[in-house]
Amino acid sequence: MAGHAAAAAAMDAAEKTRGKYAALSFAAIAVVLGLPLWWKTTETYRASLPYAEIAELDTLRFQLTVPVSVVFAKGSLPAKQERKLPSRKMQDVEIPLNPKTSVTSHYEMFYRRATTQEEMILAQKSLEEVDSSLRTTEETSMGSITVYVVPQNSLLLPQDVAVFVGKHRSAVLRSPLNAEDALTKVDAHVQRVAHAMSFTPDSLAEALADRVLIGQPGAEWKRPVKSSLGYEITFSLLNPDPRSHDVHWDIEGAIRRFVKPMLEKLSPVAEFSVDSQILYYAALGVTPRFDPASSSYRLSVHSLPHVINPVEARLGSSAASLYPVLNFLLYIPEDLHSPLYIQGKDGSAVPTNAFHSPRWGGIMIYNVGPDTANETSFPKRVDVNMVAVMEVFLAQLRLLFGVSQTPLPEGALLANPGNAGLCDWELDRLLWARTVENVATVSTTLTSLAQLLGKIGNIVIKDDVASEVFHAVESAQGALQELEAGQLEAAFLASKAAVTSSERAFFHPSLLHLLYFPDDQKFAIYIPLFLPMAVPILLSMAKILRESRAAKKEAGKVD
Amino acid sequence: MGEMGMELVKLLLLLGLAEAAVEAEVPRDSLQEELLLSPLPSGDLSATFQFRTRWDSDLQREGVSHYRLFPKALGQLISKYSVCELHLSLTQGFWRTRSWGQPSLQAPAGAELWVWFQDSVSDVDKAWKDLSNILSGIFCASLNFIDSTNTVTPTASFKPLGLANVTDHRFLRYAALPREVVCTENLTPWKKLLPCSSKAGLAVLLKAERLFHSSYHSQAVHVPSWWFSQRSEKKYPQFIIFKTDASCLSVSWELRQTLTVVFDSFASGHGKKDWSLFKIFSRTLTEACPLSSQSKVYVDISSRGQEKELLDVSPAPLSIHEAVVQGDRRTYAVYDLLNPALFNGSRSLNVQLKWKRPQDGLDLPAPVLHAQRYVSGYGLQTGEISTLVYNTHPYRAFPVLLLETVPWYLRLYIHTLSIITKGKENKPSYIHYQPAQDRRQPHLLEMLIQLPANSVTKITIQFERALLKWTEYTPDPNHGFYVSSSVLSSLVPSIIAMKEEEEDLSPLFTSLFPSSDGSSYFVRLYTEPLLVNLPTPDFSMPYNVICLTCTVVAVCYGSFYNLLTRTFQIEEPNRGGLAKRLANIIRKIRGVPPL
Repeated sequence: MAGHAAAAAAMDAAEKTRGKYAALSFAAIAVVLGLPLWWKTTETYRASLPYAEIAELDTLRFQLTVPVSVVFAKGSLPAKQERKLPSRKMQDVEIPLNPKTSVTSHYEMFYRRATTQEEMILAQKSLEEVDSSLRTTEETSMGSITVYVVPQNSLLLPQDVAVFVGKHRSAVLRSPLNAEDALTKVDAHVQRVAHAMSFTPDSLAEALADRVLIGQPGAEWKRPVKSSLGYEITFSLLNPDPRSHDVHWDIEGAIRRFVKPMLEKLSPVAEFSVDSQILYYAALGVTPRFDPASSSYRLSVHSLPHVINPVEARLGSSAASLYPVLNFLLYIPEDLHSPLYIQGKDGSAVPTNAFHSPRWGGIMIYNVGPDTANETSFPKRVDVNMVAVMEVFLAQLRLLFGVSQTPLPEGALLANPGNAGLCDWELDRLLWARTVENVATVSTTLTSLAQLLGKIGNIVIKDDVASEVFHAVESAQGALQELEAGQLEAAFLASKAAVTSSERAFFHPSLLHLLYFPDDQKFAIYIPLFLPMAVPILLSMAKILRESRAAKKEAGKVD
Repeated sequence: MGEMGMELVKLLLLLGLAEAAVEAEVPRDSLQEELLLSPLPSGDLSATFQFRTRWDSDLQREGVSHYRLFPKALGQLISKYSVCELHLSLTQGFWRTRSWGQPSLQAPAGAELWVWFQDSVSDVDKAWKDLSNILSGIFCASLNFIDSTNTVTPTASFKPLGLANVTDHRFLRYAALPREVVCTENLTPWKKLLPCSSKAGLAVLLKAERLFHSSYHSQAVHVPSWWFSQRSEKKYPQFIIFKTDASCLSVSWELRQTLTVVFDSFASGHGKKDWSLFKIFSRTLTEACPLSSQSKVYVDISSRGQEKELLDVSPAPLSIHEAVVQGDRRTYAVYDLLNPALFNGSRSLNVQLKWKRPQDGLDLPAPVLHAQRYVSGYGLQTGEISTLVYNTHPYRAFPVLLLETVPWYLRLYIHTLSIITKGKENKPSYIHYQPAQDRRQPHLLEMLIQLPANSVTKITIQFERALLKWTEYTPDPNHGFYVSSSVLSSLVPSIIAMKEEEEDLSPLFTSLFPSSDGSSYFVRLYTEPLLVNLPTPDFSMPYNVICLTCTVVAVCYGSFYNLLTRTFQIEEPNRGGLAKRLANIIRKIRGVPPL
């Protein structure tokens, strides 16, 4: 009987350990096989991204190197100093903008004496000739600057003009008095000229406006349009009163003569497409006030913001491209409300009768001349004087691109930019600003993309998104390096590529696919399976644990 | 004297120069507007607006584009995607050919878009996709739902209206969205394309609240590209020039915006069929659009074969236009808004029409060609699409081109196709069938069928309903799935001989499909769209399935787990359970020995 009981107890113990092992192996299979399988099959695909590099890009330390050649004509320096002339010299200026952004401008000066050919050119009389022939002798790359220093008594520069800034990438500087520190004085002058011809803290702050808040209020009016790969320029003629005015404008000729040359000059910056339209019955949203003193109608400055919105509904967005549109509107006031003038803050009429809205475009009001004869036949034929109109529109276009404000050193003379309406160095200024802006945009885009992907684990990161991100990071780093090396053109191209890639990655449609699969639905699907499976396993695990603890205690007591 | 002569010569020269300058400044674009009001036999009133913007320029030229009257949005689109012809219509309601007569320009319910691309386009499908997306943005319509599952390339039914040379149908794409609902938000962008917007001219009548309070509303944009001969500046429709090299590259562009509305004037006019412009549009006309070169209102006052004049229009029309339109002799009262004499009496024009005696049962002879279509069958597995095509011409037979596009989820059995006329089988002389591919392309069936005189032809084809994936159902699957209208195109022989008309004199509504010769006229008809129910699952089913399987798995797993991990032993029954104790208590009371 006892033997039987002992055998039964032994059997029982063996059964119990078998049960224990079975439970353990269930748990082991669930952990080793089940969990990884579940994890693998429900995982969202996330390609690896260069998070470290993106984080590095978040703090931007621009190093902008401007190669400046300073060429001394014979007699521009005292002989003693001329002999001691160093071959090169650096000047670093640090412009701190905010903790995450700083710009170090780095003027690399190369000193040399003028070659005989250059001497001959500088001996010419007219500045324009000098300017154009200097260009043929030197090969300037984008972003580089050449400053010619001519003797104090040179007749080339008119009296009381210290600096002449040419059409291309060169300037002529009058050497200061034959003092001891002539070279340092020349240096100071050269630096000011170089600043004007490349970038200033202000222009960089404007370019980085999205990262760095511009301190002073009211600076928005000169905010240039955002950097983009292309722009659509639309000229619209608004004729709210076709019954009285039959307006004709030779927009084709005007674009060919005035706009095209400037856009060709700007073509390294972006692609441009130009079109024009005539809109009828498009009225301003504001009723002008009658001014009895001048028997004309006035639009006051503070009502101008209300002018654009009603008109914009008629302008129509550009259907065929995604580039930003710059609008230039020529408004012919209705017969009832003409002549119409924009009234400035001081109460007098604005001479150009035009205004511009930053990052949007410009509007000009064109008054039809008063009736010469007592014409009664309507509509009156109106031929628009395109020269006057285009003058205003081109000035506004320069303003929109931010190429018009150049704080020149005192006593400087500017060359006439000629037909293109834009000097080479102005283009360089634009490119400097645009490159910096592009890199900053890329940094912002990539940082926010990385943040977004980090925050929402559901987003699938496909390989092509990852490769775009890698490309953007690479190009942005390349752009920074090229800026440091003083290669403006290469830097600009790299920054453009970086912008394209980063935008493409950011707006990739695949990022949105699994975004809206809520967690509660996930649990609703998992619970019916996981709960009944996990509960027995966990319970038996707990039981085993309890038993083994009890067994240990028992053993301890026995000891 | 000599000096005088010199002066005169100079003056003449100057004049000549001035004239030359004027010659050169001939506006290259023009606008024509027209409103056709025709009382329908059923007592309804149909109003058809047509706005034609013509532009003798070449949109395909590279570089700058300058727009005057032509809308920039469409112009840019045409030049960017190298479009040869574009036809878009958005329609609410169905044109009842039986009771309303032959429409001047019918459109299927919902949205319809067909585009001919130029032969320079390399990837037509991509251009088509991009184009429909942009059009969807311009017209606020769901044209972005056009994809490969509802796009077809008909081989014969849609020929370019304008140019002759494009016959390679690889450059044609056609799609219809019968589900599309048309409303004010589609009308506003359409109105914006008009040079005068809705501020002047006939467009002031386009008041959305009135236009959509109607039985039928169809707005369309047609951009046919016409070819102009250099000398005569005369427009040649496709059938006249056969052997020219005209390609889309040197053409003049035309934008035709049409809007057809059918007002139920009988119901809204308290049983009277009289109407006036003010009553139907709640506006009157005061002027023509200053930019238009032609602005006319036509009122159909044909007596329809009766001896006496039935109608009375006021004010008295300044001129009468008689024409044979779609095989019918019609008389129109014409009001030319550019004629100042029209506004002599009053400042505004309010056309009124009164019937001289009460009209009831004014029987319309059935149109020569009309059709109807329905779906039959029971259950959710198979069904049958039947199309009835009527030819009521007393003695002439004529062929008709039938185009059917059926979505892939109705699997057509092409072997069941039967065409029966007067009890006999009618063999189509041309048949083009492109079978569907699941989730890729729809069925396309094109047939050229000869319709004998005075006959009804019944075309039937059976189909099977496919099961969709649960994400492919529309948000309201029990509403049913639409099958787009079938398209019938035909040159219908005219009973009355038509005389050829001078292009510039004829009203716009006759000029989109000009007749090739006097004996027949072109008609394109659309049948009703069909609504087919598909087997619709219970959409909570996936979750139910998940729950059920999980429960089954959990139950099996649970017992299995218990079996494997628990130890089972026989327990000696010691005191028994609650039931036994209860039984014992009862036994004690009864005095029976306990269990």
